[in-house]
Amino acid sequence: MPWDFDNSLPIYLQIMDKIKLKIISGKYRSGEKLPSVRELAQEAGVNPNTMQRALFELEREGLIFSVRTSGRFVTEDEQLIGALRHNLAMEKISEFFESLKALGYSTTEIKQIIDENIKLLEKGE
Amino acid sequence: MSEILKLNSLEKRFGSNMALHNVNLSIESGKIVGLLGPNGSGKTTLLKIANGLLQPTSGEILIGGEKPGVETKSMVSYLPERTYINNWMRAKDLLDFFGDFYADFDRSKAVDMLSSLGIEPNTKLKEMSKGTKEKVQLVLVMSRQAKLYLLDEPIGGVDPAARDYILNTIISNYNENSTVIISTHLIQDVEKLFDEVIFLSKGEVLFHDSVDNVREKNGKSIDQLFREVFKC
Repeated sequence: MPWDFDNSLPIYLQIMDKIKLKIISGKYRSGEKLPSVRELAQEAGVNPNTMQRALFELEREGLIFSVRTSGRFVTEDEQLIGALRHNLAMEKISEFFESLKALGYSTTEIKQIIDENIKLLEKGE
Repeated sequence: MSEILKLNSLEKRFGSNMALHNVNLSIESGKIVGLLGPNGSGKTTLLKIANGLLQPTSGEILIGGEKPGVETKSMVSYLPERTYINNWMRAKDLLDFFGDFYADFDRSKAVDMLSSLGIEPNTKLKEMSKGTKEKVQLVLVMSRQAKLYLLDEPIGGVDPAARDYILNTIISNYNENSTVIISTHLIQDVEKLFDEVIFLSKGEVLFHDSVDNVREKNGKSIDQLFREVFKC
């Protein structure tokens, strides 16, 4: 099953996001070897050059590193992965605030709604 | 990276009709290129010239540095828009045929692909549906180890599931020494495959750029851009 892409945005950026998510969520573990460019390209249903570019950019950001002749690996820098996770959470939170503000919610109301939902969640568990 | 296809002020007339006008293009090895344009924009003419089936009226075309001829035929694997295969043949006869014709034909690859597509090698072509015939032909063309694949509307007649398989075949077949040029109207299905796109309009090149550049610049998919540029 090919990955889903929004064709109006550069594909390599979307690949980067998807791989980051896989690293954050632990699907690709810290220090683990990544599949080859060709395998990843096939899995995603994209051109190998595009996959190559995405991996190159991720390498520049330090999230993956390549070892000559043996392939590419996920960074062993847990702090970096943690920071990435935090950034992504902040992004999601601000999107969430934006959309609730657009619905006319005040910060107090948002706080209320969050508290209620947390209670519901905790009950569920 | 070397240049596999080069066009210098290429022109092609059919009588008073200008099919291609002042086309300048340079395409490197290792790319998957979309050749896009409305009906009658010159896509098929361009592919036929690159394949040596048509002679340009003026200008120059070079494939791997050589003029189209005997030498370049071994570099180019061409899928025409219409089938030329004989109806009385069986799929397996065609494998023999291609094996005789092309030194770079990989028979076992073709056999594998036919079986993945559920095509029985003993079936006669005339017993196959139009879509199945198209699949057979594409299998033959993609089973060569060519430097330049010219695919004229490769997925037009095949169902979406087989389309995915075919696109996957193009990806897995990809290597840095070969370039694939695909002319198609089904842009949405294939645009994530492209490195570069060429927009042809009335025989002229409107632009030739990397797809991610186009997306970044316009904030649109290639499909959307096409619909806007060529709005009727």
